[in-house]
This record gives sequence, C-alpha cells and structure tokens, in this order.
Amino acid sequence: MSGSVLEIKNLHVSIEDKEILKGVNLTIKGGEFHAIMGPNGTGKSTLASAIMGHPKYEVTEGSITLDGEDVLEMEVDERARAGLFLAMQYPSEISGVTTSDFLRSAINARREEGDEISLMKFIKELDKDLEYLEIDQNMATRYLNEGFSGGEKKRNEILQLMQLKPEIAILDEIDSGLDIDALKVVSKGINKMRGEDFGCLIITHYQRLLNYITPDFVHVMMQGRVVKSGGPELAKRLEAEGYEWIKEELGIEDETVEQNA
Amino acid sequence: MSKKAPEIEEYQYGFRDKDVSVFRTERGLTRKVVEEISKLKEEPQWMLDYRLKALEHFYQRPMPQWGGDLAELNFDEIVYYVKPSEKQGRTWDEVPAEIKQTFDKLGIPEAEQKYLAGVSAQYESEVVYHSLKEDLEEMGIIFKDTDTALKEHEELFKEYFGTVIPYSDNKFSALNSAVWSGGSFIYVPKGVKATSPLQAYFRINSENMGQFERTLIIVDEGASVHYVEGCTAPVYTTNSLHSAVVEIIVKKDGYCRYTTIQNWANNVYNLVTKRATCDANAQMEWIDGNIGSKLTMKYPAIHLKGEGARGNTISIAIAGRGQVQDAGAKMYHLAPNTSSSIVSKSFSKQGGNVTYRGLVHFGRKADGARSNIECDTLILDNESKSDTIPYNEIYNDNISLEHEAKVSKVSEEQLFYLMSRGLTEEEATEMIVMGFIEPFTKELPMEYAVEMNRLIKFEMEGSIG
Repeated sequence: MSGSVLEIKNLHVSIEDKEILKGVNLTIKGGEFHAIMGPNGTGKSTLASAIMGHPKYEVTEGSITLDGEDVLEMEVDERARAGLFLAMQYPSEISGVTTSDFLRSAINARREEGDEISLMKFIKELDKDLEYLEIDQNMATRYLNEGFSGGEKKRNEILQLMQLKPEIAILDEIDSGLDIDALKVVSKGINKMRGEDFGCLIITHYQRLLNYITPDFVHVMMQGRVVKSGGPELAKRLEAEGYEWIKEELGIEDETVEQNA
Repeated sequence: MSKKAPEIEEYQYGFRDKDVSVFRTERGLTRKVVEEISKLKEEPQWMLDYRLKALEHFYQRPMPQWGGDLAELNFDEIVYYVKPSEKQGRTWDEVPAEIKQTFDKLGIPEAEQKYLAGVSAQYESEVVYHSLKEDLEEMGIIFKDTDTALKEHEELFKEYFGTVIPYSDNKFSALNSAVWSGGSFIYVPKGVKATSPLQAYFRINSENMGQFERTLIIVDEGASVHYVEGCTAPVYTTNSLHSAVVEIIVKKDGYCRYTTIQNWANNVYNLVTKRATCDANAQMEWIDGNIGSKLTMKYPAIHLKGEGARGNTISIAIAGRGQVQDAGAKMYHLAPNTSSSIVSKSFSKQGGNVTYRGLVHFGRKADGARSNIECDTLILDNESKSDTIPYNEIYNDNISLEHEAKVSKVSEEQLFYLMSRGLTEEEATEMIVMGFIEPFTKELPMEYAVEMNRLIKFEMEGSIG
C-alpha cells in the first residue's frame, strides 16, 4: 500500500471550555485531495489546528490516527515528523532567523543525526522550488515571514510544503488575501505535490481556489460538523447557489458553531 | 507542550587545574600587598605612588548601593595577586604544561593559527603567553601585556594611563588602579590598519582570586584595530572577583572595535569599568556579550569629544539561575554632530535577573547630535526578571534622541509554528532566542559567531521543562 491514511473519528474540540467541533468524521488517504468548505465560524480552522495539535485546542472526544498511530498522543513536533503538515492562515514572524536557515533545520529535524542534508543539495532544491513558485531569491535570506506581504507569506508556506514533502498536508485558507496571479502560482505548487504518497486537506471559503486545484472530495462544514460530502460537482453548485440550499435541506437556521443543532 | 530536558545545566569551562603558581600575596588588601606587587614588577616610583593614592581612595569610597547586591563580596577574603609562572612565553612551548593545557582546552592556540593577528593569554594575574604577527610588528603596532609596556614604552604609557578613567572614578576603578596586573597595551600608529583581530584571553584558576587586568588602547589618527577578549573561570563555591579597567583613546578619523565575550563561571563578580574617548570623526564600537558571572555591573562608555565622532554599542546579556546582569551603555555627546547608537538585547531564564542601565548625555556643545537606543528583552519563563533603566541628560535643544524598548516572551504561536515543522520545543525556543540576539552575533567575526552560537545552545540546554 502506498500513501498514508489520516483518520478522524467523532472529533470533539473545545477552546476555553466552549465546544467548537461537535463530532467530525473524515478520512484522507494518500493520493486524495479533499476540500473543506463552509461559511465563516463553522469550525474549519479549528479542525486544522486541532489536527496539528495547537495547545489552545482541547480534544474532548473522538480520535485522530495516522496509519493507525494515535496522533492525539503526539507532541506537535512528533506529528510533523510523523508526516503531517499545516500551512497556516497566519504564519508567525521569526525575527533574526533566515528562511533558508529555518528550512534547513526543519528538513534536518526529519532526518537522522549524521544524515543531514548537504548544503549543496539543499541550496539546489531550494533554488528549484523558489523558481517554480516565482519567489524572489532574496526571500531565502530574509527573516522568516518578517515584513512579508500576505502573498509572500502564503508562497512561503507552499515553499515549505514542497521542501518538507509531508505525507498529509492541511492547507488552512491558503488562498485568502491572494490576487489571481499569486493564487495561480500557489495552486501550481500544490498540484505539483500530487501523487500516490501525498494526501491533502484544503480548507477554503471560496470555490475559486478549486478552479485551479481539482479536489477528489468536497465536504461542507456547518455547526462544527461535516454536514455534506460529495465530488467536485458539489463545489460547483456551492459556487453557483451558495450555502442556503444546504441549510434548507438540513433544516439549519444558523450554520455557525454558536448554535446547537 | 512539555518536554523533558536535563534539569541541570553545566558550565563547560568550569574545570580547574592544579595550582602551579610561583608566588601569591596573602589574603586581603593592605598597603603592604600593593607595595609587594609593585616591587615584584620592578615598577617606577610614580606607578607605586599612583597605586597607593588609588588604594587610599578605595578605602574611603563607600560600596555602591545600586545595581547588584555586593553584600557578599568580602574584600578581606580575596587574594589580589597570583603569579602563575616565572616568565612569559613567546611560544606555547615556553608556557608551563599545565597552563598550556588549559588554553588548549579553550581552543586558543588553534584559533591563533587560524585567524588571529596577535594573542595574549592571561592566567591569574600575569600574561603567560604573548605573540604578535611579524607583519603587524613591522607596521609599528605595539601589542604587549600592560606590565611589559610600562617597562618598554614608559613615555607613551605615562602620557595616557589613567587619563580616560581616573582612579577616583568609582570604587572599583580605584581598586583596579591599586592592584592592577596584566591586561593589554595596544598602540596603532597613524594611518595603520590592523586587518585581523588581536585577542586577549583571561582565565582565573584559583579560588577566591581577584583578577585586575588593566587595558590601554591608543588608536592614532586614521588608524584602526579590532580587539577581542574572552574570559572563563572554574566553578567554586566561594566567590572570585574580576575587576578590570579598560581605557581607549581613538584619535581623529581612527576606528576601534572592542569585542567581549564574557563567560565567567557563576561565582565570579564581574565589576568592570570601560571607557573610550573619540576625537573628531573617530569611531568607537563596543560589542559586548555578557553570558556568565554571578553579578556583572558593566556600562561601556564612549565620550564623543570631537565633531562628527561616532559611538556604537551592541550588547547582549543573558541571566540564568542565580545570575544578575546589570549592564548597559553610556554615550556622552560633547561635540557637534556626534552620533551614537545603542542596541541592547537581553534575556533571562530560570529565575535570572537582567537589567539594562544606560545613560545618554548631550552636552551644551552637542549641536546636531543624534542618538538611537533600542532595548529588547526576551523573558523565557515566569520566574525570570528584566528591567530597563534608561537615563537621558540633555543640555542642548538641537539634538535628536530616539528610544525604543520592547519586552517580549517566546509566544505560543511562534513555538507552535516552528514545532509544526518538526522542530522540538527546545530546538524551536533555541531558534527564537538565536534570532533574537542575531543583531549581536552578526557583528562577530565568523569564528566567534560560531562559538557564540555554540555557547548559547549550551546555555539553552535544560532551560525548557
């Protein structure tokens, strides 16, 4: 069998004692691209952060496994080394640390001691990806995310994705704040990752990203749960008709997590 | 996000050697001790007179009541002079084997071969090894230990000694002036530029030892030099004292950079007076790293006396368990169009206490002078402490002064971000800290920057948990 399997079962997550996720079920396999769509405040980003293990989010019920291993038992860095990656909506700025120094450390964190990537190989691969993502070479020597524009931050996240080559990636609103050219480049990077060994969960408000990345599965989230799943045609219908018809179909009045179903 | 890390952090230079000293004065500070030191050094009468005047002043001067707590510092317990060997070596083979071994462990001979133009190694009270590359000697550069300089260049010495920092400046400058021994003397002639750094290394080995080196650097018109000093000591349960005086004169258009990487053991009081004067268009830079010691009180000063003179201080201070770093910078703008900048980066961890204490003075003649101060503090945990105490004295309306101070903690978001890329909590914290002090490390010559990063990594081990 090739590719990893991330399995989320009946996931309940709270932040400061307020329940946000109320039983999410989702399975992502290597080779598959999943998109999670939904209006604001329905728990999409919470799902992303909870999978990666952000300390603010408390899992109160349910399970997350990666190839059968209990992800919830792992520290954040262990999850990363096990093969998970989260492209963040608001990446942190790290002053004084260059993007390339950071990347090299992150690559080496996944390798055994004594098997660190050689400087030449690192530079070669970095240059290749920088070029592919149409990123100015000098980003490598700038401090990580410091003074980056919104678009630069997002490209940098995809650069890290390409460099670190995780098994399963979660992309949290990677399209927010991007103009159309940047959106194309970012999509190009994500599409390049496609392959049997790579699974991806794309979280987005907007269908427009899915014009460039065709998902195999589309899920709609409301009230902290996946309420509807389908193929790419579901995204097209959402684009054309919005979310109202789903709410009607399911008898939902307020789709946010504020309301109990 | 709790990760188990080793609880105890060790100080890697804490080893001690067998005492091989050939002479030491009795404990405590008396007139007799001062006379003995001077006699042993076969000094001219004027120097003995100077020492005795300074001693009187030291006795009369009260202990400073600000900065760190000096209550445990007992002047009667200290040995003020220890002579480690009979003579000074020009090659490492001439240095007693035990002492050479120490410097080997510290990597000094190796560094000397690779990238240093001159090296001075002081062990206890005396410089045991000294060398200067021939080409620098041919350019007329004088680089000697201070005792030898007094013998061989008495006129030059007398002209400048004590002119920047009089013995009466403070209690510890008086102490140093009374019992000084060792240190570096540098003279760079007009227009001569020393391209590689000169380094001095200071090592205390004995328990309850006081080290009082005296450094005097004269950079003549249009000349330039970079001087680097490092310091370490063994770990003892009792306290040692390091109290240096460093005087620097930078003449018109001259340039001097003085880099310190202070890594004393945690039982050493480090009470140092450092001051430079700058003539017109001269530039002085203090690159000041304080990592070790029990208590450091040090505020490198620059007197900008000539029009257009520039002064920069870039410093880091790190205070861990049981450590107090009370450090900063002083800038005196005494002439028109002088400029200065201070960048201070400090961080505290495991209950350490770090204070930035600085003074920027604009005199009446300082028309058009500018100063820029940036103090950043990073606190790693809830038990650690940090203070910023900036003083400004302004006697001229036509000046510009900018001050920026920031206190930050390593944020949860930053840690989460870095850890989500596979770095452990310890690696992530270390990366944030290294980034924080990068403005300092980038000023170091490459070899020192590598060493500095290694030291910080070492310091950081066991800080998380």
